[in-house]
Amino acid sequence: MGELTLGVFSSLVGSMSLDFSFKIAEAAIAKGHKVNMWLSGNAVMMAKKGQKAFKDYSHNEKLMKELMGKGMEITVCEACAEARGYHKEDVPEGMKRASMDWYLAKTVKTDKLLHIGGE
Amino acid sequence: MGAVNLLFVVQRPPYKSENPRLALTHAIASQTAEIYMDDGDSVVPIIVFVGDGVLNAVKDQQAMKVYGVTSTESHIKSCLMIDLPVWVCKEDMERLGLKEDNMITNAEDMGADLKTKFVSFAEIQKEMDAVKHLLFF
Repeated sequence: MGELTLGVFSSLVGSMSLDFSFKIAEAAIAKGHKVNMWLSGNAVMMAKKGQKAFKDYSHNEKLMKELMGKGMEITVCEACAEARGYHKEDVPEGMKRASMDWYLAKTVKTDKLLHIGGE
Repeated sequence: MGAVNLLFVVQRPPYKSENPRLALTHAIASQTAEIYMDDGDSVVPIIVFVGDGVLNAVKDQQAMKVYGVTSTESHIKSCLMIDLPVWVCKEDMERLGLKEDNMITNAEDMGADLKTKFVSFAEIQKEMDAVKHLLFF
C-alpha cells in the first residue's frame, strides 16, 4: 500500500475543501494507505479543541480523531496557529505542531502529494 | 530517495490572500527540512508566479508602511539570497502592462547572486511536467 500526503490550506468555515480533504483521507485509509495531513494557513482552525458541533457549520473533529486513531498523522503549522491565537495547549490530543519544513520533508518519501490550496 | 524537485506555483495577488506568503515561506522552509529527512535526501524548490500572481514580484512594495506587514518583495529577495529560483511568467506580465523594469530582478542589496528569471508559460509547463510534486497557491 502507498503513502498519501495531503497539504490543506482551506478553512473549516467558508469552503468545503477541508471537509473533502478528510473524506479523501478516510477513503485512502479504508483502502489501507498510510495518510499524512499538513494543516496550514486557515486550515489551522482544526488545531483548536473543544469546538462546538453546531449543525449549521462543518465540524470535523470527530472524524479527525477517528482517522488519527487509525494511524493518520496530522501536523499543524505552528506559525500559522500562533498567528491566529491557537496555542500549544489548544491542540486536540494526537495532533502535532511543527514548522513548515515538516511538510516539505514529507514530500520526499510520499507516493502522492495532494496539495489543497487556500482561499 | 535523493533530491525531490518541487514547483510552487503562485497565482494569487499579494496581501489580500495569504497564499503567496504561504508559498514563499514554505519554499524557504526547504532550507531546514533536512532535520526531518534521511541522510542524502533533499527538496529542491522553484517558485513561479503566474496569472495575477505576477503582481507579487513588483518592486518597491510599501507593505510595511501601508499594512504594517513584511512585503512579498522581502520574501522574494530572501529566496534569491538562498539561491532558490524565482520565475515570473512573461505573458502574464505583458497582460498586466508590466515590464522587467517594474519587477524585482535581483537581491543584490542582500548579497544575492541569483537573479529573477522571466520565462514563457511554455517553459513553466515544461517544468510542471518535470517535477515530482506541484504545489498550487
